[in-house]
Amino acid sequence: MTESKRKTLSWHMEDGTIELVLDRAPCNEIGTATLADLEAFAAALDSLEPRAHALIISSARKEGFCAGADLRELFVESQKLPPKERLAPLREFIQRIHRVANRIDSSPLTTIAAVHGVTFGGGFELALLCDLIVADKMARFCFPELRLGLIPGFGGIPRLKRDLGNAVVRDLLLTGRSINAAKAQAVGLVSQVTGEGDALRVARATAAQIKKFDRETSIAAKRFIKPIPEEDLRREVDLFCELFMRPAVEEGLRKFVESAEAMPYLP
Amino acid sequence: MGTLQNTTEEILSLAAEHFKVAREQLHPDDDFFKKLDINSLQALDLLTRLEHHFHIELPDYELQGVSDFRTLAERIQSRL
Repeated sequence: MTESKRKTLSWHMEDGTIELVLDRAPCNEIGTATLADLEAFAAALDSLEPRAHALIISSARKEGFCAGADLRELFVESQKLPPKERLAPLREFIQRIHRVANRIDSSPLTTIAAVHGVTFGGGFELALLCDLIVADKMARFCFPELRLGLIPGFGGIPRLKRDLGNAVVRDLLLTGRSINAAKAQAVGLVSQVTGEGDALRVARATAAQIKKFDRETSIAAKRFIKPIPEEDLRREVDLFCELFMRPAVEEGLRKFVESAEAMPYLP
Repeated sequence: MGTLQNTTEEILSLAAEHFKVAREQLHPDDDFFKKLDINSLQALDLLTRLEHHFHIELPDYELQGVSDFRTLAERIQSRL
């Protein structure tokens, strides 16, 4: 199936480039619906990849690329269960996310995240799966999880550590501050910064350039340079689940969910 | 480096232009969330535009509890 439109996202292939477009209001929060759609996409990759050379992930939401995990759903669903029964479904959700993430991360295609606006938490982690990040100048990157008493749970720390210096990882993780695209490029996270509204166009131009190269060579080069940090990813799942079960996290999530703001990202 | 007054003026002009509010309706002590009718996401957008305009980095935690233009200008001025 070269194209599919699902509840939270769609994909299509054009001229050898697969485009995955996130589109769930308000800002592509990743809950069970998005996860199911991402799993469907990951399954479709098996048949799409042999006919493609690049994958672009972008967002149709004007608010941004992705605001991260659907914390409201996470909180509401966990509250339906007695505390002792909350761990198993949480772990299963996180492990499903990791399977999808690892599948995209290890795709033989050259992968490009075309990001704009809010690229926070799980959204940042989604971008980190890609080989290249092309960022609109108005994009902002952030790991806000520590504000809730958590760490990023979708593979963010191991992948950021794979790509950047440890001091930058600590800065982003331990302060929870957001950085703009120019700063993200300065630290080596973003490969190209574009004008407002131009990230997808630039990502497509980059995909067209990639197509000029011998496909097998691109695949071999990527395999050589981009290992999956499997052990660190496993440890991250354990640590995330351990932290999530603490009462402080429940309270942090409750405050977040009960905030009057539609998207209480700041401060 | 401009004065705090200059910085405040530049913030007010930038906010007025981007959020389509008449410049003369904005004053240094106004609550920018209310006056510009913006949510936290749009405040992030404003922060990014201010970082670009002044060529600075302004960590969002420095804006914790800040809602008026004057204090925002002071935070920016300290980075210039």
